[in-house]
Amino acid sequence: MSSLPSINDEQVETLIDDVLEQYGYDFTGYSRASLKRRLNRLYSLDKQVSFAEFRYKIGSDSVYFKRFVEQITVNVTEMFRDPSFYKALRDKVLPTLATHPFIRIWLAGCSTGEEAYSMAIVLKELNLLQKSLIYATDINPTVLEKAAQGMFPLSQMKQYSENYIASGGKEDFSSYYSANYAVAKFDVDLKEKMIFSTHNLVADHSFNEFQLILCRNVLIYFDRDLQFKVLQLFDNSLENLGFLALGTKETTDFSPISKRYKRLEMEKIWRKDS
Amino acid sequence: MKNCDALLIGGSAGSLDVLIKVLPSIAIDITFPIIIVLHRKKGTDSLLSDLLSSKTKLIVKEVEEKENILPRTIYIVPSDYHLLIEKDFTFSLDYSEKVNYSRPSIDVTFQSAAEVYKDKLVCLLLSGSNADGVNGLITVKEFGGEIVVQDPKTAQVDYMPGQAILRANVDEVLEIEQMADYINNLK
Repeated sequence: MSSLPSINDEQVETLIDDVLEQYGYDFTGYSRASLKRRLNRLYSLDKQVSFAEFRYKIGSDSVYFKRFVEQITVNVTEMFRDPSFYKALRDKVLPTLATHPFIRIWLAGCSTGEEAYSMAIVLKELNLLQKSLIYATDINPTVLEKAAQGMFPLSQMKQYSENYIASGGKEDFSSYYSANYAVAKFDVDLKEKMIFSTHNLVADHSFNEFQLILCRNVLIYFDRDLQFKVLQLFDNSLENLGFLALGTKETTDFSPISKRYKRLEMEKIWRKDS
Repeated sequence: MKNCDALLIGGSAGSLDVLIKVLPSIAIDITFPIIIVLHRKKGTDSLLSDLLSSKTKLIVKEVEEKENILPRTIYIVPSDYHLLIEKDFTFSLDYSEKVNYSRPSIDVTFQSAAEVYKDKLVCLLLSGSNADGVNGLITVKEFGGEIVVQDPKTAQVDYMPGQAILRANVDEVLEIEQMADYINNLK
């Protein structure tokens, strides 16, 4: 069996052009190496036999296009991922925001919602959930449907519970969900303050002003120009003295907004100050 | 001698000891970057970079996403991310599904590099207890690159290099003592 990729660089560009023209989804600013890998992965997952047929299916079958978007974007996430980050949220960021009468939080690229529920748990434990609103957005409507259900595999709970404890959580993590066969269903009161909505960071504009914006492990899939554009969008959507949180390998450095942002020690969290 | 624009080294259990033995003898005037993909627990990155940089005068650094790949530099792939190489010779990081139960996966980086460096790539696979990296070597070979493995007899865990010899058409099998010379002769 050949290990050569089925879809070459030129064909990647063809597909990018197609989906922009036919569906208005703009992947031109996405990192090509990652995009190409995802396309080849989908091609072999779905046992496609030729590029022409694959291209035709994407272009003509809007149901398949939904799957395309879901599989091309990366939706790997976990609860309380990077516990030290959640510890900084709990100990430093959220107590600073506690003085606000109302706390608006934007989770950009929320995927299947694990971060939204983690955030709600921390807010609840700090007695801030009632006056908070979590706007959880993603480009991909399918993952948002999953996020709204608040159901995650029970098999993940051991890891999530360990993450939660490492992040400074003091409660019994299992008190936040009920186990039903292979599924952990999180308490409905956690999602009372969540709003799920599609939002495309590439094409859509600012829709509110926030005190805290989280966008972790999304920018790594974008090229530098698109990263700067999205950071500008966050800057336009963040109140002065608000906080911006990125993934462990992402940064505001080198971007035009960097001079207005001061980084908190150790974590990838910046405070706007201008 | 093989043309080399990049040397990639992959390894798992038992590979760190090999690097510690080999790095001190690598010449500081090599003309290519060395990119190291090691399986390990997450959150131990700075310790690993510190340890390896104490063994060489070459610059040792953890990969930053979208940075330019420079010669005479040893790059360490961060834990819990896959590393991909862009056509413009910059790095991309990727937090997608684990491959072979691993993130970073050696296969992912080898395959990505194969497409970019083609016949100017050399990949070395060291000691390890699973077969991650073997499919990557096969791809590298198909693109004309050179593939080299640690002699399984000298490996703490011989499964990974053993599988490579079994399944890929490897160019060289090297004992630990031969590795630095081999690397220093790449141009």
